[in-house]
Formats: sequence, C-alpha cells, structure tokens
Amino acid sequence: MRVNGKGLVDRNSPLSFTFDGRRVEAFRGDTVASALLAAGERLVGRSFKYHRPRGVMGAGSEEANALITVGSGAARDPNVRATVQEVFHGLETTSQNRWPSLDFDLLAVNDLAAPFLGAGFYYKTFMWPRKFWERLYEPVIRRAAGLGALSREHNPDRYEKAFAFCDLLVIGAGPAGLMAALTAGRAGADVILADEDAVMGGRLNGETLEVDGRPGADWAAAVVAELASMDNVRLMPRTTVTGAYDQGTYGALERVAHHLEDRGDRPLECFWRIVAKRAILCAGAIERPVAFRNNDRPGIMTASAVRTYLNRYGVAAGRTVTVFANNDDAHRTASDLVAAGVHVAAVIDSRDDAPDSADFPVIKGAQVCDAAGRKGLENITFRTALGEDKIQTDLLAVSGGWNPTVHLTCHMSGRPTWDPTIAAFVPTPGSVPGLTVAGAANGAFSTHEALQQGMAEAKAALSDLGVKPAGVDLPRAEDGEYEISPLWSVPGKGRAWLDFQNDVTVKDVVQAAAENFRSVEHMKRYTTQGMSPDQGKNSNIGALAVLADATGRGIPETGTTTYRPPFSPVSIAAMGAGVQGAGFAPQRFTTSHVASVGHGAPMIEAGLWYRPSYFPAPGETTWRQSCDREVNMVRNTVGICDVSTLGKIDIQGKDAGVFLDFVYTNTFSTLPVGKARYGLMLREDGFVMDDGTSARLGENHYVMTTTTAAAGPVMRHLDYVHQCLVPDLDVSFISVTEQWAQFAVAGPKSRDLLNALVDETVEDTTWPFMGCAPVTVQGVKGRLFRISFSGEHAYEIAVPSRYGDSLFRLLLARAEAMGGGAYGMEALNVLRIEKGFITHAEIHGRVTAFDVGLGRMVSQKKDCIGKTMSERPGLSGEDREMLVGLKPVGPVKQITAGAHLFEKDADPVRVNEQGYTTSVGFSPTLESYLGLAFLRNGRARHGEEVKVVDHLRGITARCVVCDPVFFDPEGGRMRG
Amino acid sequence: MRLTCPQCGERDRREFYYVGDAVALERPAPDAGDEAWEAYVHLRDNPAGETRDLWYHEAGCGAWLVVTRNTVTHAVLDVVLASDVKGGGA
Amino acid sequence: MAELIAKSPCDGLLPVEIGGVTLREVDLGHLTALAPHRGKEKSFAEAMKAAHGLTLPKPGRATGKDGKRLIWFGRAHVLLAGPAPAARLLSHAAVTDQSDAWAALRIEGEGVEDVLARLVPIDLRQQVFKRGHTARTQLQHMNVSITRLGDDAFMILGFRSMATTLVHELETAMSGVAARRAG
Repeated sequence: MRVNGKGLVDRNSPLSFTFDGRRVEAFRGDTVASALLAAGERLVGRSFKYHRPRGVMGAGSEEANALITVGSGAARDPNVRATVQEVFHGLETTSQNRWPSLDFDLLAVNDLAAPFLGAGFYYKTFMWPRKFWERLYEPVIRRAAGLGALSREHNPDRYEKAFAFCDLLVIGAGPAGLMAALTAGRAGADVILADEDAVMGGRLNGETLEVDGRPGADWAAAVVAELASMDNVRLMPRTTVTGAYDQGTYGALERVAHHLEDRGDRPLECFWRIVAKRAILCAGAIERPVAFRNNDRPGIMTASAVRTYLNRYGVAAGRTVTVFANNDDAHRTASDLVAAGVHVAAVIDSRDDAPDSADFPVIKGAQVCDAAGRKGLENITFRTALGEDKIQTDLLAVSGGWNPTVHLTCHMSGRPTWDPTIAAFVPTPGSVPGLTVAGAANGAFSTHEALQQGMAEAKAALSDLGVKPAGVDLPRAEDGEYEISPLWSVPGKGRAWLDFQNDVTVKDVVQAAAENFRSVEHMKRYTTQGMSPDQGKNSNIGALAVLADATGRGIPETGTTTYRPPFSPVSIAAMGAGVQGAGFAPQRFTTSHVASVGHGAPMIEAGLWYRPSYFPAPGETTWRQSCDREVNMVRNTVGICDVSTLGKIDIQGKDAGVFLDFVYTNTFSTLPVGKARYGLMLREDGFVMDDGTSARLGENHYVMTTTTAAAGPVMRHLDYVHQCLVPDLDVSFISVTEQWAQFAVAGPKSRDLLNALVDETVEDTTWPFMGCAPVTVQGVKGRLFRISFSGEHAYEIAVPSRYGDSLFRLLLARAEAMGGGAYGMEALNVLRIEKGFITHAEIHGRVTAFDVGLGRMVSQKKDCIGKTMSERPGLSGEDREMLVGLKPVGPVKQITAGAHLFEKDADPVRVNEQGYTTSVGFSPTLESYLGLAFLRNGRARHGEEVKVVDHLRGITARCVVCDPVFFDPEGGRMRG
Repeated sequence: MRLTCPQCGERDRREFYYVGDAVALERPAPDAGDEAWEAYVHLRDNPAGETRDLWYHEAGCGAWLVVTRNTVTHAVLDVVLASDVKGGGA
Repeated sequence: MAELIAKSPCDGLLPVEIGGVTLREVDLGHLTALAPHRGKEKSFAEAMKAAHGLTLPKPGRATGKDGKRLIWFGRAHVLLAGPAPAARLLSHAAVTDQSDAWAALRIEGEGVEDVLARLVPIDLRQQVFKRGHTARTQLQHMNVSITRLGDDAFMILGFRSMATTLVHELETAMSGVAARRAG
C-alpha cells in the first residue's frame, strides 16, 4: 500500500512488470520487493527444505526469503534477491522452489515431515545402502530442496571484467562513506566510492533523520552531486565490494544493466579488481531477527526494512503494524509509521525499562512467542509476566539489534571482537592491511558518530598518503545512545527460525550441540546454518548465541565461523568475464592460415596455434586418404609444410656458445658457422625437457629451435639459467618465432623447387646436410636451412613474416606443378614415425636421454643442466623402459597410442605391464601400422613378439619389437 | 596479490610465474655429491612464516626475481633481481 | 617472375571506430630489438645517441617521437622503432630484427583509458602512466608492450600471430565502454 507524500521513488514515472505472470504496477526507483509490498503481495517464495511460505524479510542484499528468478529463456537469472532487483517496464519475474504454483506447493508436505528432517537428517537417513545415494537419494533431494534453476542453455549475456586503481577506496555510501569520500575528494585524492545500492546514501534514504538541518536523504544527494562533479572521484553505484585480498586488492561486482529495459551492448555485470592504497569500510550494519515460534511467516520483517519501505519507497508493508524489539532504535519504526498515518497496534519490547511513547502503546518486558497466518501474518501471541495474549496484526517489525557488517575485515583471516555494550561483533583493527572501518560497520550506530568516524578515517588515510586535507565541516546530526538488551530466541515449543534460507531452527542448533557438534564450525556444517546464499548474514550471530547458550559458554568463547569472499553472491559468469567465446585463449594464426583454409584444410589446435591437419584433394573422402597421399608425395616428389610454429630464439653474445653448451647436453661452441646441430635439453632432475635444432649464424650468433609446445617454457628456462645461474655470461636472447615465416620443403625434388625460386644456387656444397646460410627469395632476404624432420632431402626456408602468405602460395604453386603439394600434421606425424623421430608424445617428462636412445648425446667433457642427476642409478640400465618400434604381425593390424605392452603370453593385467605405446600411424611407405613405444629393456628385445592391449578401446594386437627407425635407417635419403 | 618488480613497479600476480624456493640459485658443483644434489633438486622447506622464492615476470620484463614474503601474513617483504643476488647483473 | 607480396599483421581487420575511440594499425618502420653486450651499456647509449640522436630510456620509458622512437622493451632490451639500426650499434649490442614480429596498433579517443582498463591489469591513469611511459604487460591473455602517446592515445604492440585476437578483444572492450558512455 502506497503512502502519499512519502518515498524517493518517482511517482511521475509509473511502469509495470510481471510476477508469476501477474501484472504489478510500480514506479521508477522501486525494487521488485517494494513494488510487491505496495501491491499487497505478501507471499513471494518458498523455503529451501520445508517449502514454507515466505514473504519479504528485509530491504537489502542480505535478503533471505525473497529470492526470485528474473527473465526467461536462456538468459534467465535465478536466485535474484527481490530487494535489490530494480524494476523496469516489462521486467519478468517468477517465484522459485514451488510446484505447481507459489500458492499451492505440493512439496509443502515436507513441512509436515519436519520432525524427521532436522539437523543431520541427510547424514543419518541416506547412509545406507550406499549405492542408493547417487541413483535415488541425491536426485530426489535435489528436486525437493532447492533454489532457482538455471536455464541449462548457453548464457547469451555479456559480462565484463575491469581493473581500477585509486588512492582511497570507500566501501559503502552511507553517512560514514559519504563523509569519508567528501573529505578525501575535496583534498584532491583519487577516490573510488562504491555502494551496492542504486542510490547512494545508505540508511539516510530509509530514515527520517536530519543531517545539517535537512532530511538525511537530501544531504546525501547533495554530497553525491558534489562528489560527481569532482574529476578525482569515481562513483560506483550498484557495485558491491565482494572481497578483500592481498596488497590492497579488492574484488567488486558492478550490476551494470540488470535494471535496464534496453541493455544495448552493455555488459550485464562487470567484475572489478580495484587496487587501493587505502580503503575505508563503511558498509553499515545489518539488523538481526529474533527467533520465536513461526517467526518466518510472511509479514514478519526487520524493523529497519519496514522503515525503508515507508521512507524510501513510500510503501506501508502492512495495515496494522506491531513492533517487537529489544532496543530503542526499533521504536523509530513505530514513530515513522504513526507519523505517516499507519496504524501501530503496539510496540512489544523485551526490556522492562523500554522508553514510553505518546504515539503508540509500548508493552514492556514482553516477548512475541508465536505467529499465525500461513500465507500471511494474521496475529501474534506475546507473553508477559502476566501470561499470554494475542494481537491481530498483518505486519510484525522485528529488531534483535544490529550486527556491524564486519565481513570484509575477516577476508584475510581476521577475527572480529565481541563488544558487549552493543551485543555484537565489531572489526578488529588491523585485520586487513590498509583498511580501516568507520560508522555502523565499526559499531558506531548514531549518525553523528558515523559522520565523525568517516571524516576521521579519511583524514588518517590522507595523512598516510601524504595528501593535505582540505576544509570540511562536520555536519550536525543525531547522536542518540544505542540501548539494547540482548535477546536471541524466545523460549517455547515449536520451530523458531534462525537461518530462514536453509530452514535451520533453534532446535537444530540445540540438537547439534547435544550431539557434540560444539564447535561453531561443526555446528554450521552439521545444521547447514549460514551455508545459504545469504551466508549467514541474518543468522550467524543468533545461531552462535543459541549454541553458546546450549554449550554453557559465552559468545566470545564460542566465536564466529569464518567469513570468506564473496560478501554477496557473484555469478560465475562475472568471475569468468572476458573468457567467453574467443576470449578464452588467444588464437595464433600462421601466415599460411588463410591459404591453408582456402585449400580446404581442416585446422587443428596445437597449443594456441592452428595448424592444417591435411589438405584434401578432389575425390578424397577420408583423412587417411589425404594423409597417405601426402606421405607418398614427400617421399617421392616434394611437399610443403608451415613450420613457423616451432619456437625460434635468437641468441647472441660472446658467451653464446658457452651458454648453449650449458643448456644442451651436447656441444655447440664447436659448431662451425653456417651449420646446424640437433640438441637435447634436460631438466635439472635429469629428464628430457625439449629438443630441437640450433644453427650458428655467426661467431657470436645462434638461432635455437624449440618444439611448438615448449617454446614458452624453453624461453623461461633460458632466462632462468642465465639470470639465476650464470649471470656473468655475455649472452642475450629474444624470441624470433613471430619474425619469421618458415616452411619445410621436403622430398627428392625439394632442391629443384628451391633452385627455381631463390636467387642463389642450392647445391650440396653450398647447403650440405645440416648447413644453413642466408638466401634471397625474389629480392627478399631470408634464411635457408638444410634440415629434415621427414627423413627426406629437405630444407626449411624462412622469410620475414610479412611475406609468409605470399611465399607459401608460391611454394605451393611450384610444388603442385612438380607433382607435389602441401602436407599437414597427419602426414608430418607419419613421416617422423617412419623415421623414429621423437616429439613430446615421447619426451613427455618422464623419460631420460638414455630411454630415447640418445644417452651418448650427454657429453662427458662438460657440465650441463641435468647432467649430474641424469647419472643417478635408476635413470639408465636395463630396468628402464626404452624407445622401440612396433610392427603388427598378428591378425589384428592396428596399433593405438596409449596401449599397454605385455609379454606374448602374459595376462594383460597391471602387474605384467612392460611398457606402452606413444605414437602410432599407418605408414603408406611400409604399408603397415607403425608404433613408437617404451618397452622395458626394449633395445635388447628387438625381434621379440609382444602383446599390445588397448583396454579402453578393446583392441589387442601382436607386434614385433624393432628399431624405432623403420625407414631408411642409414639416412642416405636425408643426407644425400 | 601484488609484487613490486624492481623494473616495472607494482604488478598483479597474474603477470608472474611462480617457481619455488630460491635455493634454486645455489646450484651445486657437478661433483658435490648425491646429498647436495638431492637437496638442491628435491628438498624444500615449507615454513609458516618467511620464505624466499623465485618468481618470473613472464608477462612483464622477463626478469627472474627473488621474493621474500611471509606465508602467514601474506606480506611481501622484499623483491630483488635474481641476477643481482647472484652477484652478476644484467 | 612472381614477386613476394608483403601483408601487414592486421591486414583486413582495421581500422575501426566505436563510440569515438579509434583503433588502427600503424607502420612503425623498422623494429629492432637491441640488448647491450655485457659491460657495453654506456658505450651503447653513446653510440645510440650519436647514430640516431636517441637517449637510452630508463625502464618503463620511451624516448623520441613518432617515426623515431626508442622503447624500453624488458629487462634486457630496448626496441628501436623507425630507422634501420646503424651498423655501428652492432659492436655494442645484440641486434635482432623484429620488424615482422609485432602488430602495432594505435588506439585513441575519449574513454580510451576505460577501454584498456577492461583488458590491461596495470595502472594506466594519466597521473601515473604519463606520455612517454611504456610497459610490458598483458592485454587479456596476451603479452604486449603499451606506450602512452598522448592524453587519449596509446600504442600497443602485440604478437603478429595473435593480431586477430588482439583486435577482437579491443573491439569487444570498445563496444562495451561505448554502450555505457551512451548513457
């Protein structure tokens, strides 16, 4: 029900939205909760476990009851708190956790079964039989107990992440936060003021209190306007600071477009990482309920929420209001309501010395002990020394006092301190380096104190930052004492709720204590108290007070559970913003990418790179047909392959050779200029790290090649070895992977092809095997290496990347004219398997140089990384699994990678395992499947027949063990 | 978490690659014996308190850094270039 | 005889303009990485000054101007952008051609800092990261070099092979910021 003349909503901007399909009228500035209350909707949801009817309970982000689903289809957003969702025209909302409807919910039968569903129910009931858990119990429980549901479709919304930096971050824009921001802003400091609400001002917008002789909301609006005019202040409304992290880093969720009808290209949310030199937490306090029988009825709200709906939204949440309190603050709810013309039945105060009022009856020394009205409050029962009585009322405003919002101060392991004068935990100073606390969050509950602390903490921060404060006067404001007498739960029969979201009652906590879950952390996990989306904001203190009482301890000794980030729920989509779709990982394209795709090549990912799998020719219908053809092409004519993805590192300096001798097992300082050499790199623990070819371009100049996969790690390794182990060496390196487009030209006709293309004459004298020299291609300076990964007479030609596309097309055209063409990764793999060349399929981190048959490459004349440890017993010798070749000899002609090796007649079980296959391919050259494998003492077992079992795919083959070099073992084709 | 790179200034943790104990700087001589090598390659303390470890400013200047920090308070106490620690220098 | 045709890294991708921020590819001329030899730091600085008139920048700084710039490029390197490196530098430093390794972008317009704040995890506020300041850092997941050229203008160097992703990320951030600025 709207109250004329009250509220900050724009009465000139009416709009409408839907709730469960029904049209609801509202005004701009309303939340879904305020509009529903104005429309007299009291039932808005069902509770998690018992499916109890629930109504709006609060007015902030801590709301425990009014969870709704916003939107529909793929973009629907479950578990949105109706108290923070701003309305816009056409907004679509639905209630949750009910079936078939909110009003008639079949699972409300759970409520009748409540005696069996107490704390630990799941643990005790569904223990046995064990296999029933996955198939029966869990699905049933998941359906019955729940919150909103995801759409299970791809999320179409945009999310954003962003970084911000400031001198001072002020968290919360109530009186303390505004005063802090104003003080620092006027002094010229770079300030960010973040507040989770759409309208800054905090409690000032929900109260009738005055600041500086005018309404608090007006004062707040004036300060916000001044701050908005300052270049050095960034206002971030709708932004919840969700976590405090190391070195002044804060996480914050900005709700950018949840309130907009037309979002355009705006992200829905933005997750900020804010780095602040100093921060002031001005997050205010949260009013806590009192536990009594049926205290979860729709129509029972916190006293401050009732004031907020009245003063900010112009909504009377009931017609006949009763207040139940243990403190003075809540009496203002009654005063405000009376002043606005709303009937107040009574204020029931648990204190014998509660203040009197001329405007409403105050029943002192009384406690509300029951509430009736299943789908909406009808009456309450209260108890005094004289006995019990009832009051007809449709709204009960409850206040058990206030809990300072200490959460962020606990995010770095800080523990709050119990303050008995306000019966609440307050922040322990110094809990988060660089962060101080002001106002209600610090237990300072009067407006005057909040303003004063905000100003003082800002001045202290300015002093730390070395900024001179400017003149700011402290505005006048009320400075009332906060009088409270703790009351956590009203004794009596029946269920009295502590955690509304997770349906945890006083009984559950008492039962946990009785079953010896006495630690607050154990109680939490046993009862699930505090584990719901509100993370115990409404229930933690009440629950631990009940636990303290049940275990005969005090509250400080009982302590709180740990508060962890996030302060309020953050969607995974916001956390992962920026990595949707193409943002997941950079795509690296070679210069030949467009031409390869143009040739119909399917591209496969190789790390971040995309490489052609094969180049289908007309008439080819399977990859194997293309692959076989490409292998034959390289063996018989000429093939072209882009090898630019291999890491290339330019190494220069007078100690370059010495340095390479240290990182490679073999010697490079003796390599002649104009020659390349295959090198093997170990990790310091003696296992193989990477391999590749390095060429000496000049006396003090090498270019190293790494595998595609290890390009980054090798660069890091070289930097490590240089900076951490041998910084005195005069050597420097830089990646030139991106600088050069490099293509393999492989096959018997490769030299002919090149001679028709390059300005120089390519001969065995100028480019002998493993030779390298500068070359000119159509006037462009490049490099030509006589190296081979195919076992054929082959070259790699490199030109600056800008010419890569053009050169690839040219090479391809020439090759095709000679009966050759391009070949892809599949053919490349078969070619190298035929030759027994290793890749990271073999050097996978658990093999030594000895294992791959390159033990002699570890020079005995010098030290190198990994040498000492590679000599450990156990890293060589006949117990090692060694690289071998495998050829099928039985009826099954297929080998698969990852299959296990067994002796011919052994049982294929784990204890009999002799090794495993690493790479396989069909060799059109040898017309057979070929496999590379590691086999125990394999080099001594050439000729032996082994059983190759792929348990996963159900393939068993008989293979003969052979040398891993299947084709041209003398290397005549490559060298000749 | 933020580290102050001596070259680049204060940077977010995402720019750095973490390795572990800065004992990696003290590579034993090839003939130092099994125990020294075992300790160098494998044995690491895991103190609640001050540690000295190696980080690589991989997404920044490419410097290897020796970072002294407290694993309990998360305070970063010192960041220096590994090449300076080794007495060399770039 | 056929000729090799040069293609720029962002060929066909740029320029774009979204909400008053423009992104375009720039041709910086020669790009040369230079790492002074051990003990030659001083003579290298002198040779650079004599050969190109450029002062060796401190870490995080760039010297020179459009067409001839010397950019701090990491622990060991500076990047000479513009002229071909003078031969005399060879005796003082390791000289490596990087002309084809980097996609060079210029992004400018009101709100450009907001765009970069979506992608770059460092403090680019004007009062901290001034004209002539440069950084090696990340843009989303990519390692980049960023230099401020003016109040609302930055130069970004990213790996040539990642040019498509680099442009995509910047465009996405530009459209998000533009939508917000539209009110």
